[in-house]
Amino acid sequence: MVGKDCVAIACDLRLGLQALTVSNNFPKIFQYGDVLLGLTGLATDVATVSDLFRYKVNMYRLREERNIAPSTFANLVSSSLYERRFGPYFVSPVVAGLDQKTGKPFICGFDSIGCIDFAKDFIVSGTATEQLFGMCESLWEPDMVRLDLDFRTLFPPGIFFYMMILLKNGQLNHDVECSTIMHIICTSDLNFTNASYQSTFATGFDEFFANNLNLLDDLQCPEDLFETISQALLNAVDRDALSGWGAHVYIIEKDKVTKRLLKGRQD
Amino acid sequence: MDTLVARYSRPTYDETVTEDMEEELLDPVASGLSLKFAMPPVAQPSSWLRSATDDRMNPDCPIKIAHGTTTLAFRFQGGIIVATDSRATSGDWIASQTVKKVIEINDKMLGTMAGGAADCQYWLAWLGMQCRLHELRHKRRISVAAASKILANLVYSYKNMGLSMGTMCAGVTKEEGPALYYIDSDGTRLAGNLFCVGSGQTFAYGVLDAEYKYDLSVEDALALGSRSILAATHRDAYSGGFINLYHVKEQGWEKHGFSDTNPIFWKTKLEKGEFTNVTSELV
Repeated sequence: MVGKDCVAIACDLRLGLQALTVSNNFPKIFQYGDVLLGLTGLATDVATVSDLFRYKVNMYRLREERNIAPSTFANLVSSSLYERRFGPYFVSPVVAGLDQKTGKPFICGFDSIGCIDFAKDFIVSGTATEQLFGMCESLWEPDMVRLDLDFRTLFPPGIFFYMMILLKNGQLNHDVECSTIMHIICTSDLNFTNASYQSTFATGFDEFFANNLNLLDDLQCPEDLFETISQALLNAVDRDALSGWGAHVYIIEKDKVTKRLLKGRQD
Repeated sequence: MDTLVARYSRPTYDETVTEDMEEELLDPVASGLSLKFAMPPVAQPSSWLRSATDDRMNPDCPIKIAHGTTTLAFRFQGGIIVATDSRATSGDWIASQTVKKVIEINDKMLGTMAGGAADCQYWLAWLGMQCRLHELRHKRRISVAAASKILANLVYSYKNMGLSMGTMCAGVTKEEGPALYYIDSDGTRLAGNLFCVGSGQTFAYGVLDAEYKYDLSVEDALALGSRSILAATHRDAYSGGFINLYHVKEQGWEKHGFSDTNPIFWKTKLEKGEFTNVTSELV
């Protein structure tokens, strides 16, 4: 899933044989340098394919003396899967990473014989795809930013904070909608005849933002992405009999990868 | 009410009662329910239905019937414990996590449902009605043996027509004491001390058999019933949701909650140190 200057990838932990849960600790995400690969499907092929790509990525690194870029890795996955066109690995991979040069998020998915599905929002794969599509379609928004309540209270006239976000993103179809802002302006106990407020309005937003731009650094983009992808995954697997039993979430930022364990339902 | 009683009650010594019963059973006016089901206009309705509904035989079948369950009941010194999970699945889709699989036939008797959800719901409700009619006719409560046999005979009359149910009848009567019967759609009817039914039955038997004794205290018996269902919901993909727990005793049955497995699971794991196979920390 893509966020603002970050990407996330998550998987459940179940390994099962039809109805029988064989293991509750079978992660399906593999890290190769800056790139992460998620593999769903036949467990033996998940193991084989993940090892195969570890080998291929290591060879690439030795030859090129640099890490493989996400888009390059995606093409490597595609061509490797198509090599088995008439006897495919039973896996549906997902690739996620940040382009180290541009910092642009990259995600894509594949079918079992290597057709790449590029996406700018999210990719899903596995037995709970229908549930995941439903969750992602409803929760995902472009450039997600968390509205920190404590942070907001720093601004008695809360509208400035909202305006800052809207201005930074250059859009209004955000967590905050125009109607919300209008609502705050109309219902707030702000006395607009108050001289200081009037002067703030009078001096205009430009000046206000120029003086307060550092506050924008505190906006929690990766945190909101983490919340969104976690809610999407947990609620999707809770409606699928064959997935769940805990989850792993990776958040990839420019200079770090964070891995977290989600304690999901164990039934 | 008096007219109803007058209409159905006969002297208990009347021998003809049992002979009339079958007729009445199939008489829509007497039973108050139509048992004339509409049949599909094909030569072999049952095999046609099976090809349309049995997803094990035909995974692309157009009609997916809700099933997948763990239910258990066992007799012990203090009565009978009845426990079930609450998940309904159709295929891999979890249709509901809050199904009530224990059916309260009357205030002294319980039925459990496993298999086709509609079959169990319909026929156990129907059984409840038959039991009430029996009470009105004979001026005494039906025995668990008789109630279970009404159901067994009914499902046997529909044998090979595609009914799918595995149920248990648990109750207490003066004549029998605490009694437990297993009835399934093949027509099997068994009396016994301990049964587990459904896709998670093996997992429940594993825990139940290891710890079961007839002399269990009421508290331990309730805990064992709950723990057995918990084990089954954990390992069986088609069981889960909530644990529905009942205790049947002389005075009638008593409900002991409909509780979410999630907090119970983590409490069992973190406080009692069980379920060590599950990771709770990232290593």
